[in-house]
Amino acid sequence: MTLRTEPRIADPDGFYAALMEAHRGLDDAASRRLDARLVILLANHIGDDAVLLEAVALARAAGAAPSACPTPSPAAPAEGG
Amino acid sequence: MASTYTNPRFPFRRPAALGRAAAEEVRVVIVGGGLTGLTAALDLAQRGVPSVLLDEDDTVSEGSRAICWAKRTLEIYGRLGLGGRFLERGITWNTGRVFFRDREAYSFDLLPEQGHEYPAFVNLPQYHAEEWLVAACEETGLVDVRWRNRVGAVENRADGALLSVETPEGPYRLHAEWLLACDGARSGVRRALDLPFTGQVFRDRFLIADVVMRPPFPAERRFWFDPPFHPGQSVLLHQQPDDLWRIDFQLGWDADPERERESDRVAVRVRAMLGPDIPFELEWVSVYTFRCRRLERFRHGHTFFLGDAAHQVSPFGARGGNGSVQDADNLCWKLAAVLGGRAPESLLDSYDAERGPAADDNILHSTRSTDFITPKTGAALAYRDAVLELAEAHALARPLVNSGRLSRPAVLADSPLSTPGTARSAMLPSGSPPVDAPVLRDGRPDWLLRHLNAEGRFTLLAFDHTGLRAPAAPPGVGLVVMAEREPPAGHLPNVLFDHSGLAARRWGCAPGDVLLLRPDGHVAAGFHAPAAAAVRAAQGRALGHAAP
Ligand SMILES: Cc1cc2nc3c(=O)[nH]c(=O)nc-3n(C[C@H](O)[C@H](O)[C@H](O)COP(=O)(O)OP(=O)(O)OC[C@H]3O[C@@H](n4cnc5c(N)ncnc54)[C@H](O)[C@@H]3O)c2cc1C
Repeated sequence: MTLRTEPRIADPDGFYAALMEAHRGLDDAASRRLDARLVILLANHIGDDAVLLEAVALARAAGAAPSACPTPSPAAPAEGG
Repeated sequence: MASTYTNPRFPFRRPAALGRAAAEEVRVVIVGGGLTGLTAALDLAQRGVPSVLLDEDDTVSEGSRAICWAKRTLEIYGRLGLGGRFLERGITWNTGRVFFRDREAYSFDLLPEQGHEYPAFVNLPQYHAEEWLVAACEETGLVDVRWRNRVGAVENRADGALLSVETPEGPYRLHAEWLLACDGARSGVRRALDLPFTGQVFRDRFLIADVVMRPPFPAERRFWFDPPFHPGQSVLLHQQPDDLWRIDFQLGWDADPERERESDRVAVRVRAMLGPDIPFELEWVSVYTFRCRRLERFRHGHTFFLGDAAHQVSPFGARGGNGSVQDADNLCWKLAAVLGGRAPESLLDSYDAERGPAADDNILHSTRSTDFITPKTGAALAYRDAVLELAEAHALARPLVNSGRLSRPAVLADSPLSTPGTARSAMLPSGSPPVDAPVLRDGRPDWLLRHLNAEGRFTLLAFDHTGLRAPAAPPGVGLVVMAEREPPAGHLPNVLFDHSGLAARRWGCAPGDVLLLRPDGHVAAGFHAPAAAAVRAAQGRALGHAAP
């Protein structure tokens, strides 16, 4: 399986709002832990090491080079699965 | 300070070569009478190989260092005749319990299945183990243990190593045909050969305290992240025999090691942990910074590096001493085979080929543990705490908690000594360490591992229906037959009844399957109903002979 990068969330605005709501009233450290808990829950749900590593690489690349946000080729960052 | 142990003092005996111009000629010299050197000397002696063992000191480990002995180590000491003593004298434990802040997060069982002679771990101070090893070495009559013999200069030559040895009565020289450098993390042999020892220092400090007390805690490994009694840091607790307990307090990089060693200060920390009601006395206190590093190669001509001299790891996971014992287990049968003329010298290259990856694995795991325990960035801290916050209610997070990945035996996956392609896929793969199982021998309960590698030989482990049939073992190879059903009268010698079926299950074998085990018990090859020539070829390969 490879990471699915086409839009898939049925109610994007609703999801985004729920995410913001979850962070409401938290200081930076607590917000950071919330995000981390979320990543771990979602990662476990996905449960496919190759997909997870692909997502990590994509997330990292998207932050590093905002001008040229690459779509990874399926074969590229999946090593080590 | 309390003292539950007094170090023995071993006498200096004047070496015969003292004052002679010519170097003393010795076939096998071991530098360092610590855990590794003593284990190697005993293993070699039990294979009939004499050695000279040089140690600069006159006693065993000062203060307690290693305490956790893993199942594989216990099995190796079982082979060397000391396993029972660890069980009798030490504290057996299988459970680890993890706490986060003021709550228990979860616990884990390291050996969830019954039917092994040895548990996941036995806790026992290193000095006891070393003391038994010294006595066992002396008993063989083949180990010439020389206390207060300090190795200085070392000249590595094609035909061995020339050592300058200093003693209280003067120096002498010694030429070793084979040199085993077991002289610890600060190895002088390594420095004399100018070999780099590279890796990583962890920017953290740990206070290690041995405390005499009788708290109401069970015999299990307890690990606290960020507990109320030691906020922001971690604490590890282990039970040892004689009401002795080991506590590791993480201190952080900025701690002052001198001050932290002061008894009053340590006592305050221990008191905060135990509460007001449990009396205790300190026995031993030390402050450490941990590192992970290794030599690039463990063989340099006729010189081998074993134990901490070859590689060093942080102690989370108890991989230092346990890894060192596996080094000795790996090298000694090979050296004995070469010295006995049964194998070419090139067999000895496989020591590096097999133990190098094992050292990397130990370093990888202990580095990851240290990174989890000592988060280096805000993100690392957030993730660690997130994992711990989830762990109590959600099992999914528990595998991510890393308070130490406890020592496991090395699987020699890509060993040049293994024969690929002959086993059925269900069988324990080549390179695997042997797995124990309960068996009946002539109707009496026994353990499988006790019967493998008798007299230090290769073993052919053959699975059969009743123990009436087995392939012929090549010369010099012992035969052990595992019977699926109760063996009838007239069965072959060395038949063990696999009454619970656990041996067949753990080894992945059915009647007709045969495994060739090396003298260290690791699987060299697996077969189904093999021809004699195939077994001989696999044995030749495991002894380092070029493929026919
Ligand atoms: C606090 C702590 C806790 C630990 N806990 C564990 C644990 O629970 N489980 C585990 O498996 N491991 C543990 N370890 C690691 C373990 O103690 C070491 O891996 C082990 O001692 C290595 O044994 P060694 O024989 O290779 O080296 P050492 O024990 O250091 O022995 C080296 C020997 O060489 C001698 N020597 C040195 N230089 C010379 C010379 N020039 N000439 C002659 N002799 C010389 C010394 O006198 C010494 O006897 C722990 C370590 C520490 C510090």
